[in-house]
Amino acid sequence: MERSIRMKKEPLFHVVKKAEVSYGKTVMLSLLAVVIAIIAGGIFILAIGQNPFEIYASIVQGAWRSKIAAKGTIKIAIPLLIAALGITPAFQMRFWNIGAEGQIIMGGIFATYFALFLTGLPHWLLLILMFLAGAVGGGLWGLIPAYFKTKYGTNETLFTLMMNYIALYMIKYLTEGPWRDPASSGFPKIASFVPNARLDQIFGVHAGWLIGLILAVVMFIYLKFSKQGYEISVVGESTNTARYAGMNVKKIVIRTMFLSGAICGIAGMCQVSGAAYTLGEGIAGGVGFTAIIVAWLAKLNPIIILIVTVLFSMLDKGCSVMQSDFGLSPAVSSILQGIILFSILALDFFNRYRIVLRQRRKA
Amino acid sequence: MASVKMKKEAMAIELKQITKTFGSVVANNNIDLSVKQGEILALLGENGSGKTTLMNMLSGIYKPDSGSIFINGLSVSINSPEDSIRQGVGMIHQHFKLVEALTAADNIILGAKEKGFFLNKSRAEKISEISKRFGLEIDSEKKIYQMSVSEKQTVEIIKVLYRQADILILDEPTAVLTPQETQKLFEILRRMKAEGCAVIIITHKLNEVLEISDRVTILRKGESVATVNTSETSAKELTEIMVGRPIELSIDHPETNFDENLLEIHHLTVCDEEGFEMVKDISFDLNRGEILGVAGVAGSGQKELCEALAGLLPVKQGAILYHKENLVGKSPSEIIKMGISMSFIPEDRLGMGLAASMGMVDNMLLKTYHEGKSPFVSKKAARELSKRLVQQLQIVTPSVDTPVRRLSGGNVQKVLLGREIESQPNVLITAYAVRGLDINSSYTIYDLINEQKQKGVGVLFIGEDLDVMLELCDRIMVLCNGKVTGIVNAKDATKEKLGLLMTDALEKEGDPHNGTKH
Repeated sequence: MERSIRMKKEPLFHVVKKAEVSYGKTVMLSLLAVVIAIIAGGIFILAIGQNPFEIYASIVQGAWRSKIAAKGTIKIAIPLLIAALGITPAFQMRFWNIGAEGQIIMGGIFATYFALFLTGLPHWLLLILMFLAGAVGGGLWGLIPAYFKTKYGTNETLFTLMMNYIALYMIKYLTEGPWRDPASSGFPKIASFVPNARLDQIFGVHAGWLIGLILAVVMFIYLKFSKQGYEISVVGESTNTARYAGMNVKKIVIRTMFLSGAICGIAGMCQVSGAAYTLGEGIAGGVGFTAIIVAWLAKLNPIIILIVTVLFSMLDKGCSVMQSDFGLSPAVSSILQGIILFSILALDFFNRYRIVLRQRRKA
Repeated sequence: MASVKMKKEAMAIELKQITKTFGSVVANNNIDLSVKQGEILALLGENGSGKTTLMNMLSGIYKPDSGSIFINGLSVSINSPEDSIRQGVGMIHQHFKLVEALTAADNIILGAKEKGFFLNKSRAEKISEISKRFGLEIDSEKKIYQMSVSEKQTVEIIKVLYRQADILILDEPTAVLTPQETQKLFEILRRMKAEGCAVIIITHKLNEVLEISDRVTILRKGESVATVNTSETSAKELTEIMVGRPIELSIDHPETNFDENLLEIHHLTVCDEEGFEMVKDISFDLNRGEILGVAGVAGSGQKELCEALAGLLPVKQGAILYHKENLVGKSPSEIIKMGISMSFIPEDRLGMGLAASMGMVDNMLLKTYHEGKSPFVSKKAARELSKRLVQQLQIVTPSVDTPVRRLSGGNVQKVLLGREIESQPNVLITAYAVRGLDINSSYTIYDLINEQKQKGVGVLFIGEDLDVMLELCDRIMVLCNGKVTGIVNAKDATKEKLGLLMTDALEKEGDPHNGTKH
């Protein structure tokens, strides 16, 4: 019996799944990831001929150095926080809702309708109506993929992603068509909201921050202690176990996706009514996608989401301050943000796996 | 017990000081093992003792952390299944790795790298030549999905022989076979031995070890505790070595005295999720205080029967009467609401009966969380229940909040069974209740089931080990291809008779339903 003796060389390293890591260790690893990310970014800064310490100092200061800067940071944080909270129940259910962007937009569109056409209502009533409309708009946008998923087993990732584009083009249509501001002398835009339809400011920033904080606490309690939160976790764990326990899985999926979309819709309402005072194509501006990263890094814990959101917004605001301070191109701050984010996400890998190097073994 | 002296001749396989860890779990610790050509070695050990891990290192699926492997006297490094095949090692896994839509011949040549661009036309001759040499019977143009489990296994065996393997590893090969099919397999293995192959058979069934092997290597908790000559040992000694202490190997069979019918199944037909009829027109009844066993080769409709009874799969035809009330068309929650307490211990414990990432406390809540009007879940009672179960059933867990997936198989099963028994069921359905459990846990489970029986619960026990079923059950219903081929009293039944019913060989003799009603 002939057989070739040639053996392939053992690979240089292979990846091994880790045993379960304790909570404390996970936190340690996450902090370590942040440190390494900062070092990686520092190398990039060195490469473009700047002093990393100065740049980082400028970023941190930049986010908080003045009242205006701090307000800017918080303004960035508001939609991110609310959208990340919105994604959380869906992800907890292992329903991959990539459609936060579209749900934010639909929330914005629904809220804008009341802001444009029911301006005569009392201020508080109008705001409450806009809030509810935003929730319903986003909720419906989340409900559609959930319905098709439960009814026909469609893929929710692709479905929710596509719904984003539909929502985006709907703004385009409204801007150029029915809702176009006649006073804008031919330029296609939607009219600015009258003051009556604008969200009030609390401590100098629109009330969205308060809504976000309340939602974070409510979401924490909802997921951790409520019966519905329990159902979400069980469905996320295994739909078979949920059915076995007598749960109506379809109902839970649809209800949770409505909730998920509704919260994202509230983010949209805050954006149109608190930040932009109008509806434009940039209303979501990628927040719905960044929110996924925030929610994931925070391991779907609403309180940690709050912390991660603040850090994210600091990085975002600080980078733009730093870039103008040092007269750098906007691309530099984008690259830096990218490097830091990428490092943190890549290092999350080590929470789950470890690398085993090739060892010399005796023959 | 006599340790075997090493002979001068080269061993077909020699493992020296093999260690393999997964995270913090040491699966194999400094294991030595050797097989000669023309020898059958049984690798015996309880579930989780590291048998499969060890063999997976020979077949290139895992790499040892340390230690060395010698094949025919040469030190080798096996990095992939391909390397392993090149060394002449063929492994037949517990779960077959065949392409269902292809023919036997296609599956056999699949992956066998032969020279030339075109498929080898002479393959049929080669296959039939191998078949003849080893006494294997196979229709090489038959598609895999049309084959029985035993035929599929034969294809797997030919597959490795086609690749010129002369070292064969079989992982629990008899788990899915009827007693008759097992005999046939053993015949094949003896032929291989005569042809000079080295064979390793992984098993935990003692009678098989004694029947087929020349030597036995026994693993316990990842360590090789002994190697003995089969002719010089006994079942009792092997068990003691395997478990680590003397153990009583008989199952209680308490007699009960209830005379009340609980469940009546009439002409039940159930389709699986793909719409295939898996349960075909079956009828039986279940009484209080009895254990009704359900035997049959895997995939004979056991899973679908259980899920239909539990309200998880829709019923196509027929009736399920519980005290004359029809349960067909009711969802699990409706059945619970009717005040019927039916408990189901599913085959897939973590995927169906429990939420794997949740702790014991949250898992206790699974069927009761919705009680009460408050929108919040009350965990106090569940926590107390968990603590009580940990004590009563001796569940080993770091805390009642540790995710259940981190518990061992036996403890997972105790959590599940404990919860179901706490709900004080009238009907208890268990599917493969002791699969994957060590001997100790298995006996705890049998005791729990017997306890329920004495309380007057009707137990439907889906099993795979016929020896156990004959001792534990009152009656045994045999399924074959979704049909009932017989319901027999366990007292009068034999393994051989059940085996014949499992393959439906009795039907031809015109006596399929003896003992249907007791």
